[in-house]
Amino acid sequence: MSEIHASGAAHHDHGTHASYATGFALSVVLTALPFGLVMLGGFASPVVTALTVVGFAVVQIVVHMVFFLHMTSRAEEGWSMLAMIFTAVIVVIMLSGSLWVMYHLNTNMMPQMSHDLENMQ
Amino acid sequence: MTAPSTFWQTEPHDHPEGSSTALGFWVYLMSDCLMFAVLFAAYGVLGGNLAAGPGPKDLFDLNLVAVNTAMLLLSSITYGFALLAAYQGRQRATLVWLLVTLGFGLAFLGIELTEFAHLIAEGAGPQRSAFLSAFFALVGTHGLHVAFGSIWLVTLMVQVLQKGLIAANLRRLLCLSMFWHFLDVVWIGVFTFVYLVRMI
Repeated sequence: MSEIHASGAAHHDHGTHASYATGFALSVVLTALPFGLVMLGGFASPVVTALTVVGFAVVQIVVHMVFFLHMTSRAEEGWSMLAMIFTAVIVVIMLSGSLWVMYHLNTNMMPQMSHDLENMQ
Repeated sequence: MTAPSTFWQTEPHDHPEGSSTALGFWVYLMSDCLMFAVLFAAYGVLGGNLAAGPGPKDLFDLNLVAVNTAMLLLSSITYGFALLAAYQGRQRATLVWLLVTLGFGLAFLGIELTEFAHLIAEGAGPQRSAFLSAFFALVGTHGLHVAFGSIWLVTLMVQVLQKGLIAANLRRLLCLSMFWHFLDVVWIGVFTFVYLVRMI
């Protein structure tokens, strides 16, 4: 037990200049591409453009997690990763739930709906 | 009389000072992440409610956002270099890299405040529409984090100057590095969902 505690503080992965530079280069590319895409007008379909931009963001977040925040499944004996996965699950439920519920509320309960009801009577 | 058997550890054992700080700070960052997620959700829900006011395409300047993104990205790598120098015991290099990071952070804040002032001068302040309320709440909260991170950066520079690269200061530098890189991750969400997607 004691050796686990003793080694717990010591085996942080701090990265190297090379790993920071790699992460930075990847980030620059992953930032420049979506900016360029939107600034130059994007694809013919706006939905495809939006999905591409969001895709770049997701990849870049992973790059930052790996190269800048040194997130591995071994960091803090796995507790960092567990906390992050838990947070990600909550965030996904919260975001998708909010957007889903509020979208239907907006489309089904717009003010003109009451006019339609009055006309029907 | 026999002692009751225990399955937990009864002998006292030491936790080295600060051994749990990094994990505790990470848990704080995750709670901060949830707060940002709520603000993103508010922007996602209210982003289309313009109240006949100006929309993203009337207001946002992507060139400015790109410059701001570059500032934050550069500050991330310079902070990384500061941390590496600190672990190698190079105090002078640590302080120089921290100062460079502070410069990029302040440049980011300056550009953001200029953008805010410009929007408010155009009559597109937070009270104009639900879209702008959500915009200022989300981007403003991120900017506030960067501002407090900058204050923290200055206090750490003073502490490194006075006490040197002792274990406690290394731990503090590690916490601020997580905070700083985390803010850059949040900014990826901001420039993607607040700016880019709404400009398509």
